[in-house]
Amino acid sequence: MNNTAESNDILKGLCTGQPLAVLATDAGNGPYASLVAVAVTPDLRQLFFTTLRATRKWANLAGNHHVSLLIDNRSNQVTDFSRAAAATILGIAEELSGTELATGLAVFLGSHPHLAEFTASPSCALFRVQISSIYLVTRFQNVIEFHFSP
Amino acid sequence: MNHPSTLVIDLVELTAADLHRAGGKAVALGRLASSGTPIPPGLCVTTTAYDRYLDDTGLRQRLPLLLERKPFSEMRWEELWDLGLRVRSLFLNTTLPSGLAADLTGLLAPRCADRPVTVRSTAPVEDSATASFAGLHDSFVNVRGLPAILDRLRLVWASLWSDRALLYRQELGLDPAASAMAVIVQELVIGDLSGVAFSRCPGRPNLVAIEAVWGLNQGLVDGDVEPDRLLLDHADGRIVERYTPQRLQACRAVTDGVALQPLPVTEREQSPLSDEVAVLVMSLLRQAEENFGAPQDLEWTLRGRELFALQSRPITTGDAPDASGERAWYLSLHKSLAALHTLRQAIEEELLPAMERDALCLAAVDLEQLSDEALASEIEKRQGILDRWEEHYREMCIPMAHGIRLFGQLYNDRLRPGEPFAFLGLLAGDTGLLAAQRNRALQELADLVRSDPLLTARLRDGYPPGSGSPFATALAGFMSRYGDLSWILGEAAEHSRGLMSLLLELAKSPPTQQTIRKQTDEAEYLASFTMEEQSFAHEALEIGRASYRLRDNDNLFIGKLTARLREASAEATRRLAEHDNLELAAHKAPVRGRVARRLTPAGSSEAHGGNLPRTRLQIRQIVGQPAGPGLVRGRARVIRQPADLRAFQSGEILVCDAVDPNMTFVAPLAGGIVERRGGMLIHGAIIAREYGLPCVTGVPGATELIDTGNLITVDGYLGIVTVADGGTVRRPFT
Repeated sequence: MNNTAESNDILKGLCTGQPLAVLATDAGNGPYASLVAVAVTPDLRQLFFTTLRATRKWANLAGNHHVSLLIDNRSNQVTDFSRAAAATILGIAEELSGTELATGLAVFLGSHPHLAEFTASPSCALFRVQISSIYLVTRFQNVIEFHFSP
Repeated sequence: MNHPSTLVIDLVELTAADLHRAGGKAVALGRLASSGTPIPPGLCVTTTAYDRYLDDTGLRQRLPLLLERKPFSEMRWEELWDLGLRVRSLFLNTTLPSGLAADLTGLLAPRCADRPVTVRSTAPVEDSATASFAGLHDSFVNVRGLPAILDRLRLVWASLWSDRALLYRQELGLDPAASAMAVIVQELVIGDLSGVAFSRCPGRPNLVAIEAVWGLNQGLVDGDVEPDRLLLDHADGRIVERYTPQRLQACRAVTDGVALQPLPVTEREQSPLSDEVAVLVMSLLRQAEENFGAPQDLEWTLRGRELFALQSRPITTGDAPDASGERAWYLSLHKSLAALHTLRQAIEEELLPAMERDALCLAAVDLEQLSDEALASEIEKRQGILDRWEEHYREMCIPMAHGIRLFGQLYNDRLRPGEPFAFLGLLAGDTGLLAAQRNRALQELADLVRSDPLLTARLRDGYPPGSGSPFATALAGFMSRYGDLSWILGEAAEHSRGLMSLLLELAKSPPTQQTIRKQTDEAEYLASFTMEEQSFAHEALEIGRASYRLRDNDNLFIGKLTARLREASAEATRRLAEHDNLELAAHKAPVRGRVARRLTPAGSSEAHGGNLPRTRLQIRQIVGQPAGPGLVRGRARVIRQPADLRAFQSGEILVCDAVDPNMTFVAPLAGGIVERRGGMLIHGAIIAREYGLPCVTGVPGATELIDTGNLITVDGYLGIVTVADGGTVRRPFT
């Protein structure tokens, strides 16, 4: 990977094209990973995911807003070693309410319209992650970091 | 699992429907046999066997890890060769699974176990009407016994991934991952004479061309034996032209394989291509042309009165890439041992001495005495001389480097080491490497500085060494022999300062030992050859070493000529600072020259998407190729112009677009080497091995992505460079 435009395209493709990500949270009891549906804004600054308030990840997020997410396009074939790309996202998660909730939901449901019923439930929370950095890994070992200014 | 019967098919039973699993060459032989054309009896080991081998051994999973490490389009030909060697090594060290070996043994043994055979490639995509893979894959002639046949089978499979084949597939746009290989195992007919024939002579389609040599065809096909040649009228068979070469050798079957042997006097004086033979071959050729309905390129052999077709393929006429340009040049680099001998002699005895003479002649010119006009002419003359020698360099020195490859393949075939580049241990540590000699001389000067605190202080304070001192004498000796560093270290006073800084830096730490490993494995290598083969083994090693040495040394001779050009240019610059002169101004800054080019990175591969506002990119880790084992962490010194080398400090990592032997005087100071240019045999890798430095080559954008001062880790085992701190901060997208 020697072309930043190419890296840029790969990253955008991953973040806006993959429906799921692995979310890592930690509230002091050690890291905890969960699979979540995500939606990322085109400028890659914000990521939205939902969770029920009774879950471990919600409890963790209540205690520590720092999160990391992994989005990748692996196919679980050996060719993944050379062809798969993975993005490790770092940021701060915040549960949305009020008008921000409505705006966020619109973005989230734009990617996952089939989850409308799920997100309408009062027990469901919508989180917005303000992304500070993304580490993109391609061809197994090429790593490039994207750092976002506020 | 496929039924064993699909693994092997008799050539005479093949039809066009078998093309996908038997390949064009085997199917063509089957068609010839069906039409009554005599062919040596044989079998086709289909692609089913290849697929089973890949699946049962796990190679199908391992191959992509090698093949997809870097896009083919980003690889230089040297990297393609490295890749081909790694793949070949993988096949060499992966034996046939017992089930497959048992099935193949059962099918091949009744027909092949007790007689010499040829083992040849027949890939499904090769030899169509629009693309010819002639000579790209391996063939083995005179293979005896089943174990040897099964061994060569794997080598032919591996040749699906040879550098030449990869290059060709890349041009044709074929997906290597979808490629498979079938193999022909065919009785060897030991012909008295053999040849090739074209039913339509390339470029002269109304003529037929027939070539013939005494003995087997291999010498002709490999280009080692020059054939007798006849051009005949296609319509009536009338002889139009006859070419008679100097007949010296023939390719003959020996105990194992074939060898070039001198011709007896009777065969030297007699053409193998008598009129009677020509008539026979012409008839066979017509048969083949009628059979396939297209012009044919036919290989044949004659044993007594029996004429056999060994192979028939269409003459390529389509729009596939022709053998021109870079690929043709690259293919021409594959030279035989005999050709390399001749080349070596020409380089060592004629080319390099002549370059040295030219450099000395130019050095004798007193530039200060020349008028402005004469100086301008002198610069032009020097540029012309440099251009001419660089052309010779391309024609002679680059092909000579194939000696390393030829030796490497021989070494790997015989010793089958797990590490495909282990053979370099036998070539490195060569005392004839001029860059290493220069570095030892520098080290000796540094030793004098280190052992003399007063001298150290004097040099550090910017004073010249006392005249007549042992150091001054040694320095004068060094300058007279290696003064051509001036264009890198700076002219005149600047050069002196640059050299003293380098010596003071070298003197700071204990002397770096060049790693000498040359003798380590020589006995083991030689022991892998029979007594009969010893002379060949020595010869191949000798050529490998000469090739390795010359690959580095020839650049230093170019460096001498570059220095002469730069010094004339510097004189022009000096004068232009004092007065204007249009002619001089036009000549003051020559930028041509391979050494200069290497210090000027190729156009940046950087491109900004520009659609992520307020985003800063930072490289964390880049994958290249492991070119020198070891792990080191240190500050990067990125070399973008000669002056950057002057600031090189002990322990720093040399980061460069392309290392040139003229620059490797800093190697004793370096902690490791990172190079944008890829390959195991490039100069950066060579000098890294000489000093045992971790080295990663083929790092895309190395000099753009890494900055001087970055803390980087060079993993020379895996070929990975990690930027540990801050890294290079790329321009933000706006």
